[in-house]
Amino acid sequence: MSDVATLKIKRGSDAGASRWDTFDVPFEPGQSVLDGLRWLRSHKDPSLAIRFSCINANACKECMIQLDGETVYACTARLEAREMTLTPLPNKKLVRDLVTEIAPPSERFK
Amino acid sequence: MTKDPIAIETDVLVIGSGAAGMYAAIEASRGGARVFLVDRSLIGRGGATVMAQMTVAAALGEEVPDNPRHHYDDTIAAGRGLCEEALARLLCEQAPDCIRELDAWGVGWARKDNHITATLAPGHDRPRCVYVDFINTGPAVSKTLRTVMARNPDIRKAGDICIADLVTDGGEVAGAVGWHLDSGAPVTIAAKATVLATGGLTRLYRRNSASTNMGGDGYALALRAGATLIDMEFVQFFPIGHLAPRLVGMDPIMWDPFRYKLGGRLLNGLMEEFTSRYGSDEDGKYVLTRDLATYAIFKEVEAGRGSPHGGAYLSFEHCSASALRAAFGPVIGRLAANAIDLTRMPVEVAPIAHYHMGGVVTDARMATELPGLFAAGEVVGGANGANRLSGNAITEAAVFGRRAGRSAASRAKQIARRDLPAKQTRAALDLVGGNGAEHAAVGHRNTAAMIERLQAIMADDVGPFRTGVKLERALGGIDALTAELGARPPPVASAGGNGNAFDLQRLEWFDLRNMLTVARTVAQSALSRNESRGAHQREDCPQALPRWRRHQRVRLAGDTPQITGAPNAAVASTVLS
Repeated sequence: MSDVATLKIKRGSDAGASRWDTFDVPFEPGQSVLDGLRWLRSHKDPSLAIRFSCINANACKECMIQLDGETVYACTARLEAREMTLTPLPNKKLVRDLVTEIAPPSERFK
Repeated sequence: MTKDPIAIETDVLVIGSGAAGMYAAIEASRGGARVFLVDRSLIGRGGATVMAQMTVAAALGEEVPDNPRHHYDDTIAAGRGLCEEALARLLCEQAPDCIRELDAWGVGWARKDNHITATLAPGHDRPRCVYVDFINTGPAVSKTLRTVMARNPDIRKAGDICIADLVTDGGEVAGAVGWHLDSGAPVTIAAKATVLATGGLTRLYRRNSASTNMGGDGYALALRAGATLIDMEFVQFFPIGHLAPRLVGMDPIMWDPFRYKLGGRLLNGLMEEFTSRYGSDEDGKYVLTRDLATYAIFKEVEAGRGSPHGGAYLSFEHCSASALRAAFGPVIGRLAANAIDLTRMPVEVAPIAHYHMGGVVTDARMATELPGLFAAGEVVGGANGANRLSGNAITEAAVFGRRAGRSAASRAKQIARRDLPAKQTRAALDLVGGNGAEHAAVGHRNTAAMIERLQAIMADDVGPFRTGVKLERALGGIDALTAELGARPPPVASAGGNGNAFDLQRLEWFDLRNMLTVARTVAQSALSRNESRGAHQREDCPQALPRWRRHQRVRLAGDTPQITGAPNAAVASTVLS
């Protein structure tokens, strides 16, 4: 029997014109927020932008977002059976949806 | 609407920023070249290196006498008769030097009594595998190489650059085209030499131990440019990937270093030791090679003796809490956060796609058959034959990366100027930049779901245990997905602003284009090889046959991979002596 998390996600590529989308995501206890976001992309909305690479190892450190206003790694934060508010990092330049510009300046394309 | 591409010009282009790509960039710069290092993810953070929690093989001989020739003998034996000897020799001979150079750069290899300590890994005749505690080998290697690059202004780096195609000019590789993921802007890169360091293909499988960007890009880029691949049927499965309970924040191959230090017992669903049924008794030690352990676990599951989630149990219950803490320090706390107490419970493990032995054909200078194109790391085929020896992956990344960087710089010195050919560049950019009129008819596809469907096909029918029937079925599924994908990517958003920013659906379209091509080469090669050898096990042809002690080679004819080298085929490949 799986639980359901309600993910309220801040969307858009213009910080001044964002919108909120809300999705219900089924999960088994122990699963990560990133598991939920990946499920959303393959089952509901593939246009959702998220940045991740190592999926589960917490090695790449690319999936930093905010959960209920706290900065977390989406791959280690757990899904819970409640409304969870996901927003991009507030102190980094917004790229799109939950993706921000987190690379050091010397490792960016410019 | 097609945007004007951003044009870059460099001496050496390196594609991929794992250990192979970063080492290549550093060495090319030492050779006097201007370097442009790109990665589809962030620099030094995607790919396989950063996830490597295990060990690195090198015959340092600091604790027990050793010599690269012993490392070479073990590499050749593990390869089941298919290692390209020149590449295996380079790997083993240069390994100590690269390991010591990384040491000088501050990687922090684990030490005992003031020398680098080494562990005994399966398939090695003596302790030969160095590591960084605690399960920090890959992150330390990656961070060290990034730090070395940061001191070097001649290496330009850019993450979020997706390469769509290499550009060739009269058979020579002249650079590449792609786009900047953050902005969607097309990019052209003219390069006197290009190094492919894109890693392997584990993303083709549902359960895998690598990053999401390991979809076999380099194999597809090389094929489309006209290069040759070999040994594409040999996908290594790591036998004891974590299966259950759900564990976040850890790499699924994390149990390997535990076993190096503490042994551990591999048990079936009835809590019995079982590897002796398949010809090798583990006896509480960690000695079974990867292909044999994978086979043993699959066969137990098939016989109805699997663990609840369809694997085997791995138990450290015989170890004391203090022994576990001494061996694994802070990792014990991370396991506790996942409600795992190794003193009281076993975990479940199962084989997981881990590494690809096949890849791009190169010589011992890491030059491919195409002038201007070099390769390094996992994307190279042949060094590890039909089964890679434990610990050789980071080693080959360093050794082949360094050699490729040197060769690329040397070529760049001989070329005064390299421009991208206009016609070929336009053709490649047409796909990247998009064309609104044609795209309107494409319609909506869920590219993320299509990737999951491909992963299911590969896991179910092109896994470690294959039959002709399963492989034919897989090829049918790959055909259907290829037709569904279509010939053109989804439309570039016509809206202004950042409509093209971080468009994962477009990226996944290009990923699927590569993944489907590569999946086809794996399935076709596996179907053609009607014997069992190393990581390729055909249940309908269970014997290793002497006439198959040879490589199969793959090239594209039009859009279709053509395989040569089967023993009775009209065109014979190189027969290994």
